[in-house]
This record gives sequence, C-alpha cells and structure tokens, in this order.
Amino acid sequence: MKLVTAIIKPFKLDVVREALSEIGINGMTVTEVKGFGRQKGHSELYRGAEYVVDFLPKTKVEIAVSDAEVDKVVEAITKAANSGKIGDGKIFVSGLEQVVRIRTGDTGDQAL
Amino acid sequence: MEENIFHLQYAMDTFYFLVCGALVMWMAAGFAMLESGLVRSKNTTEILTKNITLYATACIMYMVCGYAFMYGGNFFLSGIADVDVAATMTSFAEREDGFTGGSIYSGASDFFFQVVFVATAMSIVSGAVAERMKLFAFLLFAVVMTGFIYPVEGSWTWGAEGFMGLNIDDKFGFKDFAGSGIVHMAGAAAALSGVLLLGARKGKYGPNGEINAIPGANLPMATLGTFILWMGWFGFNGGSVLKLGDIANANTVAVVFLNTNAAAAGGLIGSMIVARLLFKKFDLTMILNGALAGLVAITASPDTPSALGATLIGLAAGALVVFSILGLEKVRIDDPVGAISVHGAAGLFGLLVVPLTAEGTTFLGQLAGGAIIFTWVFGASLIVWLIIKVIIGLRVSEEDEFQGVDIAECGMEAYPEFTRK
Repeated sequence: MKLVTAIIKPFKLDVVREALSEIGINGMTVTEVKGFGRQKGHSELYRGAEYVVDFLPKTKVEIAVSDAEVDKVVEAITKAANSGKIGDGKIFVSGLEQVVRIRTGDTGDQAL
Repeated sequence: MEENIFHLQYAMDTFYFLVCGALVMWMAAGFAMLESGLVRSKNTTEILTKNITLYATACIMYMVCGYAFMYGGNFFLSGIADVDVAATMTSFAEREDGFTGGSIYSGASDFFFQVVFVATAMSIVSGAVAERMKLFAFLLFAVVMTGFIYPVEGSWTWGAEGFMGLNIDDKFGFKDFAGSGIVHMAGAAAALSGVLLLGARKGKYGPNGEINAIPGANLPMATLGTFILWMGWFGFNGGSVLKLGDIANANTVAVVFLNTNAAAAGGLIGSMIVARLLFKKFDLTMILNGALAGLVAITASPDTPSALGATLIGLAAGALVVFSILGLEKVRIDDPVGAISVHGAAGLFGLLVVPLTAEGTTFLGQLAGGAIIFTWVFGASLIVWLIIKVIIGLRVSEEDEFQGVDIAECGMEAYPEFTRK
C-alpha cells in the first residue's frame, strides 16, 4: 500500500477530485496548506510599500491506495493538476505500513 | 396666521438640526469601521472599544463643561430645556429680515448638533495612534480634548464670545463653514502631537530605515466606513447651514449637499489617479483616503463654489493627500489610517482655498486662523499627552504590542473562532 500526497494549486482541486473519481478512487483527505518551492513567494503593494508574501496558499491531497493503483493515480493527478506554469506543485509517494477501518476493524487492502 | 408659520419654522429648523445631528452621529460608526479595517486583526476589538467609548466620553464631557466653554451658558447644560414660547415669538417678530432672517431653533437641538462635532474631532485622533497606545491613556486625553481643548478653539470661531476675548472670525474675516480647520485640522493636530510622543508601530521601519507595509485586515470594512462617513457628511455640512425654512436657505442646503458629494467624488478620483501613477496599481486605501480628503477640504466653504469648483477642490485635496501620507511616512510619523493627512493636510488646504470662492475672506486671514487653531490644539495636546506619559505612560509594552492590544487591553479577540481549540 502507498500514500500519495499531492501538493496542488487550490483552484485545481475540483478537477483533480473529478479525475480521481473517474478512475475509481472514492476517498481522499484535503488540507489547506502554505508553502513555497521554485515559485517562491510573490510581492504585494500596500499604500505604496511593497512587501513579500513568502508562503503561498496550496492544497494538499492525501490518498491511500493499493500498490496496483499507484501509477494511474499519480498519472491522473499529474494530468489534472497541470497548468504548465510554475507553481503547479508536487506529488510524493511513500510506503504505507498499515491501514485500519475504524468501524469494522478491517485492515490492509480491505480497509482501503 | 403669522404666529402659526413661526411655530412651523421653529419646528422645521429644529427638526432639520436634529436629523443632521443624527447623521453626524453616524459618522462615529464610519470612523469605527474605517479604522477597524485598516488595522491588523489582532487590534480590532481595541480600536472598536476606543471608537465607541470616545464617543460616549465626548458626549459626557461636552455636556459637563465643553458646551459651556464654547457657547456660553451653564455647566451640565442646566436650563437648556427651558423654552419661553412668548419670548421666542417676540424674537421671531423682531427679526431684522423677518421670515427670511436668522434661524431660531431649540437650544437642546443646538447642543445635540454641536456634541456630535466634538466626537468627530476626537475620532480623528484614535486612528492615528492605533495599534500601540494604551486605551486608558487615550481616554484620559479624550476627556481633556472634548471638555476643554476643542471647546476653547471652537469658542474663538463659532462661539458667541471667544474664550479670553479672542474671536478669530471677526479679527481676520476667517471663514470655516463646518470645520475643515475647527474640527478636522484640530483633530489632526491633536493626533500629530500624540504620534510624535508615541513613536511608530514596531516593525513599521526596518533597521536600515526602510518603510515596511503593515496591511490592514479588512478592506470591505474600511470601504463601508468610508461610505458611512460620506453619508454622514451631508449632515455635517448640510446642517451647518443652520436653517432650512426659507427659499434662500433651503437652496443653500441643497447646494451644500451637492458640493459635499461632488468634492468627495473629486477627491476619490484625484487620489486614484495619483496612486495609479505612483504605484502602477489602484490602491484602495489611498482611494478611500482621497474621498475623505475631498470631504474635509470642501467643509470650509461648501456653500460658495460651483459644482465643478467643488469637484476640483476635492480633486486637488485627493491628490494632495497621497503625497502627504507618503511624506509623513518618510519622516517616520506612523499613522496607520492616514488621519493626519486626510484631516490635517486636506483641512488646511480647505481653509486656504476658501478665498477663491467666498467673498470677504483673504488668504492671509485664513492662514492666520488656521495657524492659531493648529498652534493651540497642537501645543495644548502636547502638554496633556506629556503629562499622561509621565503619569501612566502612553504606550503598551513591546510584548503586548506584538501579541495585539485586543488581548492586552480588552482581554478578548475580535474573531476567536480562528484560534479556539
């Protein structure tokens, strides 16, 4: 099992959600986050004085998937979240040791 | 028949005074919204507390002694409710110009209309010292400002008998119709002296002297506040005609409303153009300040310019205010809402352009009047601020300033949901 963590542009969330639904993913956790990568921050202006906003708002999407599904999930997110501009975000894939469905006590792939 | 008409005229002019007073009272809400929008969210509760409490303080102090200092009469307004109908009828009948002569109205309505003006002057101070002054120090100052400092300079101009025998109006042919100088520049002078002793907000200036932006928390609130002030100003200037009940005066009232509105629009556009040229952006906070600068500038003589003239006076004041705000920032006078520029610079400008349209006034006379008002309010305020500074201190601790004065002074946040566990 793998945990796919995608950092995307907030306005891409709906498209990513739809793309994942289409390939049969029916659960995810979404968090509003802030951060920066190559895009860095951006500057704003207030009463003539410029100031830099270092951390930009992003959306973090987390999906737990079986090993077999990882590639198509990553592909779906990559396609849906791509605007071709700097700041589109990143996808991290990491191993997942155990998953438990709290209501039934199911574990492993059963619980996904 | 004639008696009945006098009754009606008295009633109409009294009613007009009261409605205009209520409009000006509403300006306190405008200041509260404007200032709460232009400070950071951690200082919201305190600035709201300050605004509504200063209003109450002004009302009480003006009742206790302010009105007596400014217009004569008794402390605690004693006797203001008495009306002698027969004597009032006689004064109507003996008026020089008869029906179109001077306004005769209820004494109580006069107090109500004047008290909201002193509250306005005090509101100007609160924005400039925002985010770092002790609330109690501010309220102590409000007591002296509304009970003594403002009434004294008011008596020199609008009062029947000037304090210590000084009457600026008679001496210099000074005209300040509704208070560009008497109310607005006076408020700015008090604010300036306070800010000089108080110093800038932490973080406003960098270690190498760079000017940092401290963005306001809520621009919808600031915009609403500006709209409210704009509306309240119709009472401020319109009511200052003092009479509605004959053709000439009714027409003057209409012209004053029209010109007040035109100057605000001009000020807004003026500041917008200047800000766009300087920053390449439409800076909303400058635009809001520009509309107010237009209003402040036209207040000295809203009854004399043409509609176009009023618009141009506003336009120039709006342009001026942007430079004034940037200039004050450069000399390290930190004014979070731009009150000193909007009410001080535009107020003085308003006084000085009066001779362009009003007969019998001179540039030098206006300058002299303005200088006397500024010197008195600035000097007296400086002394009062200094005394308060020595006794209890003006500024909150560095830690309280960092944490926000909401918690330090009021013990509550404006938006607790964001932090509750």
